[in-house]
Parts: sequence; C-alpha cells; structure tokens
Amino acid sequence: MKTRVSFTVNGDTIDTAIDVRATLLDVLREELRLTGTKKGCDHGQCGACTVLVDGKRTLSCLKFAASLEGCAVLTVEGIGKPDALHPLQAAFIKHDAFQCGFCTSGQIMSALEVIGDPLANTREAVREKMSGNLCRCGAYPNIVSAIMEVKSNGTV
Amino acid sequence: MEPFEFVRAAGIQDVLVAIRRPGSRILAGGTSLVDLMKLGVETPSTVVDINALPLSMISVEGDALTIGALASNSDVAVHPAIEQHAPAVGQALLSGASGQIRNAATVGGNLLQRTRCTYFRARDWPCNKREPGSGCAAIDGINMGHAVLGTSRSCIAVHPSDLAVALLAVDAYVHLASVAGERRIAIGEFYCQPGDIPSRETVIGPDELITKVEIPITNLNATSSYLKLRGRASYEFASASVATAILRDGDIVIDAAVAVGGLGTVPWRNRTAEKLLIGKQLTQESILAFCDALFAPASATPSNAYKLALARGAIHRTLRGGAEW
Repeated sequence: MKTRVSFTVNGDTIDTAIDVRATLLDVLREELRLTGTKKGCDHGQCGACTVLVDGKRTLSCLKFAASLEGCAVLTVEGIGKPDALHPLQAAFIKHDAFQCGFCTSGQIMSALEVIGDPLANTREAVREKMSGNLCRCGAYPNIVSAIMEVKSNGTV
Repeated sequence: MEPFEFVRAAGIQDVLVAIRRPGSRILAGGTSLVDLMKLGVETPSTVVDINALPLSMISVEGDALTIGALASNSDVAVHPAIEQHAPAVGQALLSGASGQIRNAATVGGNLLQRTRCTYFRARDWPCNKREPGSGCAAIDGINMGHAVLGTSRSCIAVHPSDLAVALLAVDAYVHLASVAGERRIAIGEFYCQPGDIPSRETVIGPDELITKVEIPITNLNATSSYLKLRGRASYEFASASVATAILRDGDIVIDAAVAVGGLGTVPWRNRTAEKLLIGKQLTQESILAFCDALFAPASATPSNAYKLALARGAIHRTLRGGAEW
C-alpha cells in the first residue's frame, strides 16, 4: 500500500506517495539520495541514523515516513557545507572525534540537541546523554571533548 | 516487512473505529512497534497512526496530575509538575532508553511495550507469548535477564518498562477509551501475569485506546524516587530497579510504597509487605523483613538469582538514604 505524505527535509518540501512500510531512513537514503544519514543496526540500537524531527533528535530507522505528515526533518546535509562547517563538525575534526566515520553524522545530529541541554554540563553527563550513539572505533573521549568545546564556546 | 493498511487518524473517533478492525495496531512514537514489525514479531494488518491526536498535554487538574498518552518520554521526564509531584516518574524515564528514543517514545506506548526476551524477539525460537502453545525457550535457555517474580510454566519474560514501575509506586491510573465509552484502571490492575496465556499482557481490550495517565497528587508521591541497576552505565534495561515513596513522622514510617522492576513478568508491588514497614524505623532489620516478604514468592533460575540480591541492595540503598547494607 502507498499513501500520500508531505513533510520537509532540510527545508525542501517532500510531497509524495510512498510505500507505507518505508522508514524515514530508507526514504532519505534511497529516494532522496541523502546518504549522510547512515544505516547501522536498523533497529534503534546504534544511533547512526539520527536526524532531527521537529527539532528533536530521532532515530530515522524507527519512523515510518508515512507517519511524518507535516513534520520538519533536518539531516546532516542541512547543518553545514564543506566551506562553512557547523561548529560541531569543525570540533569533531579538531578533536579527532572519529576514525572510520560511519557513526559520525549520527553523533553530530545527536550532539546538536545535547549542546543545548542544560542537564548535560559535565563530561560524564554528556556521555550519558550521548549513550544512544555507538562508536565501534571507540572515539568516545574525543567525541565528548568536541561536544564540550562547542558547549562552552558556542564555536571552535 | 509484511504489507499492511495505513490509517492516519484525524481524531479520537477515527482511532476508536479503526482499531476495531481485527489485526490492527496503534502507531504512536513507533520505537517499539516498528522494530518488532521489522523482526516479523508484530504483523498487523492495519496500522493506525494516532500522532495527529491532541493527547500530549501534561497538566495539573484538581488533585491529580494528568499526562496525555502521546506525551513524549522526554517532555514528561523534565516537566516541573512531574518533578514536584512524582519525581520517581521523571527519574524512571530519564533512566530508560536513549535521548533519541525518549524523544519519540510516548507514555501510552511505553506502557504497552513488549518484552525484550530474546526468544520472543526471534521467530526461529518457540515462544508462548508470540505463538501460543509453541513452548518457552527461555525457561531452559539463556535466562539471566528473565523474571523471578510472577513467572509461570509458560513464560518467564520480564516486563521492560521503567515508567510502569514508577507509576505503580505512585498509584497511577490508566484512562482508556473505546466506542463504548471511557474507563480508568489502577495501574496495579492493568498488567496480567503470564499464567497459561502469556500472549495476554494487559486488561486493555482490542478496541480500547489509552488516552491519559492520572497520578494522584499526595504527600507520599512527592517523596518518590527511582533507582535502576543495570549491566551498562546507560541505555540498558534494568537488572533490578526500585521505585519508593516513604512518609515519616520523625523516624517512624507512616506510609510506604515500594515497587520493583526488572524482576517481574509485570511491574511488582506487595501492599501487605509494605505494612511491615508502617510504624517502624527504617533499620536493617525492618527492611530485611520487608524484603523477605516481598520476595517470598520468587522463583529464580541459577542464572538470574542474582537479581534478588541486587533488588534487596537497591531497596536498602534507597530506604536508608544511600547507606550500604
């Protein structure tokens, strides 16, 4: 079954008939060719597919795209450009906050919420708030450093 | 994933009509249902999307705190009224899942989430809950995470919700609506132990929708707190957890509520055992007597008996204000 759904991705309106079984993750990657959002576990355990939906970090693998009527989706492609990086992207580079990079866009999209979270004000609290994003390379200390720098300075 | 019909409901009446279709499932945050549909454990013929419904309010109405069924776990967790009147609820929510999942997951969905039993989630194993009559692979399988309270010969799957444990301690009510009308059920009577029918998990009817949760505003509930012990520091289900609320006159307990999670096939509480604390000081002896009564019906396997020691420790730590036992 297909159903019509309308939502925005990085400000562009998507108004289309889609298979009701399609997740937001699959629509982003396969239909819109926005492959910055990664498919890791596809079961809500790794965080690689994190995007913002209406400003809140969300796992795109656990959202039927059909359920996003009227929502605003922001992906890693929408937060910065190679010549104008988002401060978090610059901080991840500065602090060497990745090795293979597969989890990185999910880490950054998740961190976008954490940098504004008043409860995440220590390294330990940031680790707790970022626990939904796995990094199998183990770059956690550097990821936390990148987030802490943006939290304290607002920039890099 | 199996094909299904998708219904985007515009209002509550739409939902109440659509869920009367056999094989229908309600979709809210999707964090549990979409996962289980990918695994082939849930195979609804109709998915009813209720996200457009106005059910996300959190408000104080008279002497009760009400939480709409679509309120997100994140929003409830940090709401000032929750922190003031039922802090265990916020603490339980913040101890559960990840930031991403808490943003999407809803209160109604949390209460109806299915067990994390590995055998339930994998279709190549027998499971009486998933496929009635097929048997239970967990009873003689790897069961260190399984239940020690409320088990049966059919099922030892543990109930996964932190929120439900906190709601049990604060005597919450679940409000249900159907085309026949509305009713409210005490959370203590909402869940069914597996018995011979582990596929039946709650008393909610197939044509009913959770509309809100109601928490009485009481002095006791305002003292509530939640402690969760688990195998990882974060993003893990409870090995043992405890939601407690205690009112004292000086050193003497005048009212007590203690619910435990991670141990039962349903969130667990024993009001008769709680009476053992009334009129007493919270000493090692009185807490031991309470724990002995609370855990008397426990039935552990060699792999999960540790949960009883964990839970006893958690209860001591909570009731003694952090003191070791």
